[in-house]
Amino acid sequence: MLGEGIIQGLVETARNFFGSYVGKDRLTTVQYPEERLPLPEASRVFPFLLYDGSDAEKGLRCVACQICEKECPPRCIHIEKSKDKKPDFVGKAQAYPAVFDIDVAVCMSCQICVEVCPFDAIRMDKQFELSTTDRFGGLLWTKEQLAKPNEYYRKIHPTEAAETDERRAKELADAQAKAAAAAAAAAAKAAQPAATGEPSGNGASAVPAVPPKPSKVVPQ
Amino acid sequence: MVAGGTADQVFVNLDHWIVGHTPGPLHALVSILIAVAAIIVVFAGLFALTTVFERKGLGRMQNRYGPNRVGPFGVLQPMADAVKSLTKEDLVPRAADHVVHYLAPLVLVGIVFLTYAVLPVGRNMTAVNLDAGVLFFFAVGAGTELAIFMAGWSSHNKYSLLGAMRAIAQMISYEIPLILASVPVIMTAGTLSTVAIVEQQARYSSTLAHWYVFTPWGLAGFMLFMVAATAETNRSPFDLPEGESEIIAGYFIEYSGFKFALFFLAEYLEMFAVSGLGITLFLGGWSAPFSFLTWIPSWIWFFGKLLTLIFAFIWVRGTVPRLRMDQLMNFAWKFMLPMTLVVILSAGIWHFLTIDVVGPKPLGAVIRWLVCALVIVGPFITLARGLERGRRIEKRTYRFAE
Repeated sequence: MLGEGIIQGLVETARNFFGSYVGKDRLTTVQYPEERLPLPEASRVFPFLLYDGSDAEKGLRCVACQICEKECPPRCIHIEKSKDKKPDFVGKAQAYPAVFDIDVAVCMSCQICVEVCPFDAIRMDKQFELSTTDRFGGLLWTKEQLAKPNEYYRKIHPTEAAETDERRAKELADAQAKAAAAAAAAAAKAAQPAATGEPSGNGASAVPAVPPKPSKVVPQ
Repeated sequence: MVAGGTADQVFVNLDHWIVGHTPGPLHALVSILIAVAAIIVVFAGLFALTTVFERKGLGRMQNRYGPNRVGPFGVLQPMADAVKSLTKEDLVPRAADHVVHYLAPLVLVGIVFLTYAVLPVGRNMTAVNLDAGVLFFFAVGAGTELAIFMAGWSSHNKYSLLGAMRAIAQMISYEIPLILASVPVIMTAGTLSTVAIVEQQARYSSTLAHWYVFTPWGLAGFMLFMVAATAETNRSPFDLPEGESEIIAGYFIEYSGFKFALFFLAEYLEMFAVSGLGITLFLGGWSAPFSFLTWIPSWIWFFGKLLTLIFAFIWVRGTVPRLRMDQLMNFAWKFMLPMTLVVILSAGIWHFLTIDVVGPKPLGAVIRWLVCALVIVGPFITLARGLERGRRIEKRTYRFAE
């Protein structure tokens, strides 16, 4: 019958119209700046630098190996290596970035820097409100702006963070065990100076434990 | 029938009071100027309100909020829109006919405001009480086609010309059912004066008013009138002249800034005017539906009915998708035109089936109603079948695509 479909449509729009004043299911808009939906855990926008402990300068994991700088497709990372060294989390002396800048406007959120980092030093953030009124200074984020504590990482990406923490704890334990073994061997060596000459497997005991990971990734 | 209380006549008395303070020879001029100013202010204000309520209403129909940022609940949105359209650059294409391009929006708005002259917006509240008011309305209203074609032609743009051609075809096609749908009212009322037509409907037998929409031919005529009015004012689903997805904005594609706003204003004013005429012809103008409600001022009744019809327009816009050109023409010539003729016939039967023919009151009235309704429903079913014939959806066969 002529007009039947129109009446059905009118009923549907009327139900939408009046239902929008009654229930939430007919008015699904989230009023963005005031109310927000929780972001999915896997969401990622822009990288940040991780540090351990409370001091961003001391605990920064980055060793300025510059792998991410070389891998970055749009070349948005700029790193200058330090001249001096500081101990990393297992106590080994490592360089650190004197300058670490990322250009927000250039980054394409590909996460390749995170994939290649052998030191778990760079991760993706969920922060997506990156607009600024200063397009020259405001879009270039320095080391100080990028550095965020490990607790923050645990908060935004709990699963990933737990996995990383577990691996790093194991590395630390391994390194400590190795150091202890080396110390024990050195002590044993010192205890029996009679036994000389034969270089044993523990001959390199003066070098503290080599972290196993860096040797894995050698992209150069 | 009460002659109208102070609340009812407040604007009329204000008008008389102001006129009384001017020298005698100027009385007529001042009175007309006040009426013009009142029409421009009230209906332009109504336009501003309608734009924001339309956007909010459409939003609700589409499961979203409308504009709700400017002012409380977004009611100041029209101000922001006005500032925006006033500050935009006014572009005129180099190849355009500058004079006609400039005149088109002004002519359109001017013509549309002219039609308000004969609308009775309340008791004793008609700017001009013409003997041929309805005729004046249609005659002046037809001028909008000229303005639209001026806009489409002078812009020197293929889209605008296409839009203007569509507008002309559509408006001429729907002008006929629009006028024919109002013929039964003129026949029954025996007058072309809008004021007299409303007064005819403002009588009450027992409690019910004599609105023409309460008769079968009036109901059908009102429906047909409103459908034709939707097409006349280029409102969705008959907005082919400005179909965004096909010809971008149609006849006003080359207009920007305040000229564009004028087109927008004229479109809405046209909608109010034709709704106002529909109210005058079928819904009893400023009269109350029941005699015990006559204490409510007449202008409240008129604007209440007007807002209801505006909501109906918005509702239809939020529901029905745009027609195709052939569907539009088929509907006008194969359905609307014959139906209006049938409604005229039904009105004639209604006129002659008086109490002497069908018998005394309750039963006689029902028989009269049913007979006249049947005269309309029969052809409606036949014509609807005719429209639907040839619309069977069959499996398409493609020669080259498969």
